Amino acid sequence: MIELVEVTKVFNRGRPNEFTAVDGVSLRVEPHRVTGLVGPSGSGKTTLASLIGCMARPTSGRILLDVNGSGSLSGLTFPGGEVTSLPERFLTEIRRRTFGFIFQQFHLVQGLTVLENVMLPAYPTGEPHAVLRTRALGLLEMFDMSRKAESKVEWLSGGETQRVAIARALINSPAVVIADEPTAHLDTKLAREFLDILGDLKSRGTTVIVASHDPLVVDSPIIDRIVRLRDGRVDDGAAD
Amino acid sequence: MRRWFNAQRHILELTLSALLRRRGKYLALVTVYTLVVFLLASVMFFTHALRREAATLLEGAPEIVVQRLVAGRHDLIPTAYADAIAEIRGVTSVRPALWGYYFDPIFGANYTLLVPEEFTHGPGNIAIGPGVAGASGSEVDYILPFWSSEGRLTSYTIAEILPAESELVAADLILMAAEDFRALFDIPEELATNLTVSVRNPRELPVIAAKITELLPDTRPIIRDEILRTYDSIFSWRSGLLMFILMTCVLAFIIFAWDKASGLSAEERREIGILKAIGWETSDVLQMKFWEGAVVSLSSFLIGVLAAYGHVFVGSSGLFEPVLKGWAVIYPEFRLVPFIDGYQVAVLFFLTVVPYTVSTIVPAWRAATVDPDAVMRG
Amino acid sequence: MLLHPAVIALLASSALITGLVLYASRIGITILIRWDLASGSEHQLELERKTYLVSTILANAFAFQLASLFLFVFTADRLHDQFIGAMCAAGTLYANPWGYPTLLLKIVTFALAGLWLILNWADTRAYDYPLVRAKYLLLLVLAPLLLAELVAQGNYLLRLEPNVITSCCGSLFSSDAGAVSSDITGLPIAPLRLAFFAILVAACASGLHFFLTRRGGYLVAALTGAAAVISLASVISFISLYIYELPTHHCPFDILQAEYGFVGYPMYATLAAATLAGLGVGALMPFRKIGSLRVLVPDTQRMLSLVATILFFLFSLVVTYRMATSGLVLG
Repeated sequence: MIELVEVTKVFNRGRPNEFTAVDGVSLRVEPHRVTGLVGPSGSGKTTLASLIGCMARPTSGRILLDVNGSGSLSGLTFPGGEVTSLPERFLTEIRRRTFGFIFQQFHLVQGLTVLENVMLPAYPTGEPHAVLRTRALGLLEMFDMSRKAESKVEWLSGGETQRVAIARALINSPAVVIADEPTAHLDTKLAREFLDILGDLKSRGTTVIVASHDPLVVDSPIIDRIVRLRDGRVDDGAAD
Repeated sequence: MRRWFNAQRHILELTLSALLRRRGKYLALVTVYTLVVFLLASVMFFTHALRREAATLLEGAPEIVVQRLVAGRHDLIPTAYADAIAEIRGVTSVRPALWGYYFDPIFGANYTLLVPEEFTHGPGNIAIGPGVAGASGSEVDYILPFWSSEGRLTSYTIAEILPAESELVAADLILMAAEDFRALFDIPEELATNLTVSVRNPRELPVIAAKITELLPDTRPIIRDEILRTYDSIFSWRSGLLMFILMTCVLAFIIFAWDKASGLSAEERREIGILKAIGWETSDVLQMKFWEGAVVSLSSFLIGVLAAYGHVFVGSSGLFEPVLKGWAVIYPEFRLVPFIDGYQVAVLFFLTVVPYTVSTIVPAWRAATVDPDAVMRG
Repeated sequence: MLLHPAVIALLASSALITGLVLYASRIGITILIRWDLASGSEHQLELERKTYLVSTILANAFAFQLASLFLFVFTADRLHDQFIGAMCAAGTLYANPWGYPTLLLKIVTFALAGLWLILNWADTRAYDYPLVRAKYLLLLVLAPLLLAELVAQGNYLLRLEPNVITSCCGSLFSSDAGAVSSDITGLPIAPLRLAFFAILVAACASGLHFFLTRRGGYLVAALTGAAAVISLASVISFISLYIYELPTHHCPFDILQAEYGFVGYPMYATLAAATLAGLGVGALMPFRKIGSLRVLVPDTQRMLSLVATILFFLFSLVVTYRMATSGLVLG
């Protein structure tokens, strides 16, 4: 379980372009469920998603990850499960083990093959190459992309890129998958496919967080709970 | 431990792929880097090898050379002095040496004339160095004319042309018999150019030299070791001076390198942001930057050093020719004995790789601390 | 002044590295004043990012100090024929009063940089940067020493006058020269030999003891320090004699040459690494009780003490082998 307590994120503090992206947000993300962060652009969804995923540190407030109990979130020891002021090293390691990210623009590394892209997040962990390769190929198989394992990612279609991005997010077998505006560049068919995959992940026990303002996503039966955001604050705040 | 190796291997793989993908940028860098290494290495190898040649040559030289000075200038020395010197304890032999310079008006060249200890070809004959043969277009059995100091014409037959390998020392050399030498320059039997002294125990050299000066105050004994030391010092000094000047090259290079390293294209920034976003730590990206620097440095260094080796020892330092030749008509081809040791390589390393590494530390760090957050924001 | 390429190499590269470390210490001062881990402000994040720069700079400085130490000694060796009376590096270093201080400062800064890296290693593995103060205070000690070394080295190299009559190791280290070096060689061999092996055994024992019981960290450091000093004295006093097979050749630098099988390298390498590891154990002792380090530091110390023990053992093996197979027999 992930808990945020009065989390605030301010950019460019003290300068004329000071901007509060997230303002005093408190919420609990339940495990093994799909949570939707819903709101118009500029509402702070993306920033909130990056805070939950340990990609950024809050300006104030506390973020806690459940260490005890399920044991599926990070195997590292730090007191009380609080990750707020952990050094970057630790934050990154937690992020690497616990979270898988699917970005709005997919952000695959150009010039590398599909397989290399999928293995990339695991390179610094020091796992043997053969092990990584097998796992990556398995994931590609799962998304019906094994044929294209050695192709350069520049040559992939939109749908194929999406599937590679998802496979990459899963290479470290994360407990939580975070998708930021995943359907923004997809047509309806691909968007539905994507949501099906998310549903599939949920059934395997992964916690999923989706930040989106696409009605297709918001109204999807896959979503278990919606958190509405407006101007960096939670609107209504409670479960839907 | 094993994990660390695996991680390094993976990071290195990514680094190599990134270098190949940005071929253009890195090619420019490696070319300049290699050029700088090549320049410095050529100078170092050249002077070092020359110094070694000088040292090797001088090994065969007599331990003490005694010259006579008149008003501070070198003058002919009476051979009678040899008797006085021979009496000094520790001296094994004293011999008169005959040598001098001759300007040939026909070919406009300066020759060094020398009477060796044993001249097998006998009077009337000479042995000439390859440079002399080249300048005068002569071969064996040709005749070379000489004018004595009184304007008298004498000719000598070329009995031998010294081998090409000796070119460095013998290019402008002419060997002849003692009688011919004395006749040509009108030097009577009682005089010689200088005296060479052999000594039994090298430790006693300073003592014996001091005694010679005491006995014969108008003479100057020159100890071989002093020559060696002076040569060494001159060569070091010259090469150091050149290095100093070339440091401006190195300075320009490190500014160039710093600029290249700081100029992260949007593409590169994006790539690093993605790496950070998907789970790479700053220290992992720094590792990648380290490997990048290592690959660039090692390849440039290796190619530069090899090219310099080829240039100096195979190509006879052809690029330095205009600088070294000056007005010389007879200019030897510098076929030096290849010599390279770890120490030279180490000094080169300090002169090139260390400045490069220093100039790229801060840019590498700046690149590695790109915010993953920025990637999230698309 | 001797305008040798190596001189330029040493001066230029030392200047660059010292400049970098001074820049790093400026960052260190900012960190010491403004560090606040609990704050999520951008300023704090910037400081945390800067710590990576400092550790990268210091890792480079460490490697460089080690390399330049060797280059310095070898250059002194190569220059020895410029100085009357010098037969090896020992004589060249004696040619002006800055030579040996430079050597000493190089060794000290190398050791301090190594200790900094050990502290940094422990610090980055704890979740709350517990050693920040200690680290950056150490940096503020290291930086001026590095500057002092640059000045000393500069003075030494730039003031070298060839043809200055200096001494060679034969007289420097001979018993009647009246300097520290000669006091070392004047020491009677049999008791020193005993002390040498005794201190090595003690250092290994304490290292092993710490490895097994996690107690006695300060003792390990103290014995390591003593072992390092006595070993160096022993090298000059009698070990070198066995290697050169000459009862009068005491030079500690010639053993790095090819004719003696480069034995100086494994000897000095194992000794240096063992000393660093052992001193590292002591350096970490004050931080054992801090929350985030409670497990990490003893584990790190155990590893260091094991490394120190093994390396001291290897060092004594190399030395004993050379002593046993030497043609020389000393009373």
